[in-house]
Amino acid sequence: MTRSIIGCSLMAALVATLSTAAPAADMAIHLQSTTSTKNSGFYDYLLPRFKKETGITVHVIAVGTGQAIRNTRNCDGDVLLTHIKADEEKFVAEGYGAKRYRLMYNDYVIVGPASDPAKISGLKATSTALKKIATSKSLFASRGDNSGTHKREKLLWKTSGISPTAASGTWYRETGAGMGTTLNIAVGMASYTLTDRASWVAFKNKYDFKIHVAGDKTLFNQYGVILVNPQKCPKTKVRAGQKFIDWLLSSKGQTTIRNFRKNGQQLFFPNAE
Amino acid sequence: MQEFSDALLLAFELIFSGDKDLIEIIGLSLRVSLTAMVVACALGLPLGAILAISRFRGRRPVLVILNALMGLPPVVVGLLVYLHLSRAGPMGSFGLLYTPTAMIIAQVILILPIIAALSRQILEDLNAEYAEQFLSLSVPRRAVISALLWDGRYALMTVALAGFGRAIAEVGAVIIVGGNIDHLTRVMTSAIALETSKGDLPLALALGFVLLLIAFAVNAAVMSLRLTTGRYANV
Amino acid sequence: MSKKSSSLPPLSALQTTSLSLEYDGVRYIDDIDLSLEPNRLSVIMGPNGAGKSLFLRLLHGLIIPSAGQVFWNGVPVDDAVRQRQAMVFQRPVLLRRSVAANIDFVLNLNGNRHRCNDILDNIGLLDFANQPARSLSVGEQQRLALARALATEPEVLFLDEPTASLDPASILAIEEIVTQAHKNGTRIIFVTHDIGQAKRLAEEVIFLHQGHLAEHTPAQAFFNAPKSKAAEAYLDGRILL
Repeated sequence: MTRSIIGCSLMAALVATLSTAAPAADMAIHLQSTTSTKNSGFYDYLLPRFKKETGITVHVIAVGTGQAIRNTRNCDGDVLLTHIKADEEKFVAEGYGAKRYRLMYNDYVIVGPASDPAKISGLKATSTALKKIATSKSLFASRGDNSGTHKREKLLWKTSGISPTAASGTWYRETGAGMGTTLNIAVGMASYTLTDRASWVAFKNKYDFKIHVAGDKTLFNQYGVILVNPQKCPKTKVRAGQKFIDWLLSSKGQTTIRNFRKNGQQLFFPNAE
Repeated sequence: MQEFSDALLLAFELIFSGDKDLIEIIGLSLRVSLTAMVVACALGLPLGAILAISRFRGRRPVLVILNALMGLPPVVVGLLVYLHLSRAGPMGSFGLLYTPTAMIIAQVILILPIIAALSRQILEDLNAEYAEQFLSLSVPRRAVISALLWDGRYALMTVALAGFGRAIAEVGAVIIVGGNIDHLTRVMTSAIALETSKGDLPLALALGFVLLLIAFAVNAAVMSLRLTTGRYANV
Repeated sequence: MSKKSSSLPPLSALQTTSLSLEYDGVRYIDDIDLSLEPNRLSVIMGPNGAGKSLFLRLLHGLIIPSAGQVFWNGVPVDDAVRQRQAMVFQRPVLLRRSVAANIDFVLNLNGNRHRCNDILDNIGLLDFANQPARSLSVGEQQRLALARALATEPEVLFLDEPTASLDPASILAIEEIVTQAHKNGTRIIFVTHDIGQAKRLAEEVIFLHQGHLAEHTPAQAFFNAPKSKAAEAYLDGRILL
């Protein structure tokens, strides 16, 4: 008797789980994207407006750009929205993506403690700032996770003629974590770090941190959006995915992006062609 | 310490405001982890019982491996399940990745060794007491297993709770196979991870308190069940 | 009264041939040849460490001998034979369930036609049917264990010092149930070191000493004039090494 009760409840639990697990089939797409867009609340603002117009639900998986591209290569997404132009173009060239569209931009900034031990505040050129950090051996927290931000940071060091990984573990510290976690760590040990402006503005645990370097053209941060190629991934929800991309690129979508504010600041600047 | 009391206060506010999103997240956490616990028990308890009463070559290495698997890192489980459920993976056609079902599968794998290993220990002790009597009565193997499971049920509840605790507290596996998708696969732990990465430490900590409260409520519910019906368990 | 024996020969006659049990080089049972007539109430006696309990387990097929064999009416002891026997242990092994559920457990095993309530009524435990079995007194627990063993309708009932730690009233109750079962046709093999109990129950006595069979004698003859020196010393109350 008791055993049959246990058996029945087990079956019921399984049925309940399986029946509610599958999301409404074609009206939902998976968007592989970055933590910077997600953590700023951008999608919470954007997606309900899109859904209202089209009825399409967008499920966002927010990871680093590197992992987002890897997941999408496994066909685990319908649309990719990231910010490393070179990798995105490679993704398309290899046939995984149908076409890359320029969507919007913002910029990277170097943040650090108010005490500014390397005296970089207000410097125009990123490379000068990085050289001063390196020579003064001031702490610098790197994402170290092959994300878009990490790749940009490596490029910035390279163009400054510095190889910081030689100092890894001393003043150069690779967190191997997402933007938010890296910001938490940077604040915790009073180190400089490179972050996209959206993540920074939305970040709540700033303590005495401020932006020291911004505005250099090397800090430009372009976002692109790509529909996964159905020839590589037959299960791609092409129609809904393309609808999402079309909407983002339309004047309506671009206006929505422009109108998004966090703490009174505009975080993303639409620049679709 | 200011943050700590802020977080406590916030936790109470969250609970008593009946925030819709929070209730949804709590509901999913419970659904996923309780289902994982039930499934893991359905598989793990009989497995534990079979191991408890069986003597075969290589039993010792099997037990060592099983015990070691109790320490399975959630992230590794998450990765393994991801690779299988990915659309490019062998079970991709089921479309389970980034669904609660995927999270349940990952948690079942995570806690199955805990359920099996701990129940094996408990049932082996119980069997040591019953074995000669059962042999004398020529009780068939299946009946031995069900008798051990039934008579050990109160101790096994604690085993189930240990599994549930591990499941509801882990984040590494669910975040990989669930994707922490808002309104679909976001659970308490992945929400805490998200708020932490947003730098909203008080909210993250408050959610942590809520999670603790859930775990406490589930444990209290099981224990009171044990108290009200558990009088046959006296040794 | 035995349920399964309708088409099978009865199992109550015993024969052991050169039965030995050895662990790690120590001989616990040493080369015992014994024949027992069917349907007796046999009592196995002997000082502590004589091997009584091990011998009983060998007869029931709970342990496997190092050498020699056990035959029940010519059939070597195996699962099928053991299924038609039952045993009551010195410390009752009760399931962590209610009194009634302990009886039901064996009734379900055997698809038995007996009613649990009749059995409990018979041993005076009906009022406790829904209580946890382990909340009973030790004497009541042993009575329940005995009733449970009898509920399997065994052709042979083994008892291994079942009353060793019981109060006199409980001992009497157990002995009455055993005697009744014997009257109903169950073959009894009863281990005890209580001389008084042996005198009350035994039709024949098997006396073991240091793993050897010292003697096998009808009860009256045994208590009047034991044949072996060991049994004589034991009955005299002398310490036997």
